[in-house]
Amino acid sequence: MTATATMPDTPFTIAGRSFHSRLIVGTGKYRDHETMVAAHAASGADMVTVAVRRVDLDRTKEAGILHHLDPEKYFLLANTAGCYTAADAVRYARLAREAGFNEFVKLEVIGDQETLLPDVAELLVAARTLVGEGFQVLAYTNDDLITALRLEDAGCAAVMPLASPIGSGLGLLNPYAVRTIKRRLKVPVIVDAGVGTASDACITMEQGVDGILMNTAIAEAADPVLMATAMRHAVEAGRLAYLAGRMPRREVAVPSSPFEGMLGR
Amino acid sequence: MTTATIRVLVNGEARHLPDGQSLLDLLRHFELDPRAVVVELNRAIVRRPALDTTPVQDGDAVELVHFVGGG
Repeated sequence: MTATATMPDTPFTIAGRSFHSRLIVGTGKYRDHETMVAAHAASGADMVTVAVRRVDLDRTKEAGILHHLDPEKYFLLANTAGCYTAADAVRYARLAREAGFNEFVKLEVIGDQETLLPDVAELLVAARTLVGEGFQVLAYTNDDLITALRLEDAGCAAVMPLASPIGSGLGLLNPYAVRTIKRRLKVPVIVDAGVGTASDACITMEQGVDGILMNTAIAEAADPVLMATAMRHAVEAGRLAYLAGRMPRREVAVPSSPFEGMLGR
Repeated sequence: MTTATIRVLVNGEARHLPDGQSLLDLLRHFELDPRAVVVELNRAIVRRPALDTTPVQDGDAVELVHFVGGG
């Protein structure tokens, strides 16, 4: 009997599709495909992200990522990573959907090369366009409540605020902002980007968010398979702690052992 | 017999190809599996069933994309 089996939890559902794991993992930056495959298995994730890029015409032996991902096992979430305008992001999303797997897209519109922070104005334009074309949009965004609300209003299937900048590993910089977004939105809130190690993932899940998407924290760990295992446990632990409801914070100590029955002085 | 060639931009690179080919022929030329590639012709996506009947013409810009690792 495991704790997860006995803990009542709502299913993790995005746009009517249910997933077993609240951990979504990326497929970039792994040192080799074998490590990636093993890390994915260890993570317990059933959704993985992929990017859309040109085929390398001169090295066709170098196959795309699909040769290393079992579409029966993993739901493919294509991203629009690297896009700096709404028009570009829409173009990439359309190409991704044409690959024929699903209508989900992780919408990313970057506004700055140094921080990779999102351009929320372009993001909203792209989100509205793609929702209008029948996409299920999972929008990568800032930890800004108003943008999150606008993305929900635009019809996004999920809103994905960052913990900290992409690939930074700085962890959850603003728990309050993420908690507020989760409290105010009806659609799933998935924290995307910035988690660096297991404690970051645990603290993030303790805010009550529906899931976490991560890539670099696993791929760039010294032992990605071990870190993927740690992340699986951390996401589950954080979720369980959130559901359990933490004790109140106090400014003073309260003894755990009774005063009654102490020996006479 | 015609030996005419056309100049086509494929993934941003100029390529000289025989005239009278379809997009499916182009994929075969690069030894690409049409099920694993998405094709854009002059900024418009060409669906797989239409690849065989869509001609490649001089001056066309073709993009051949697929999924790669990403976050």
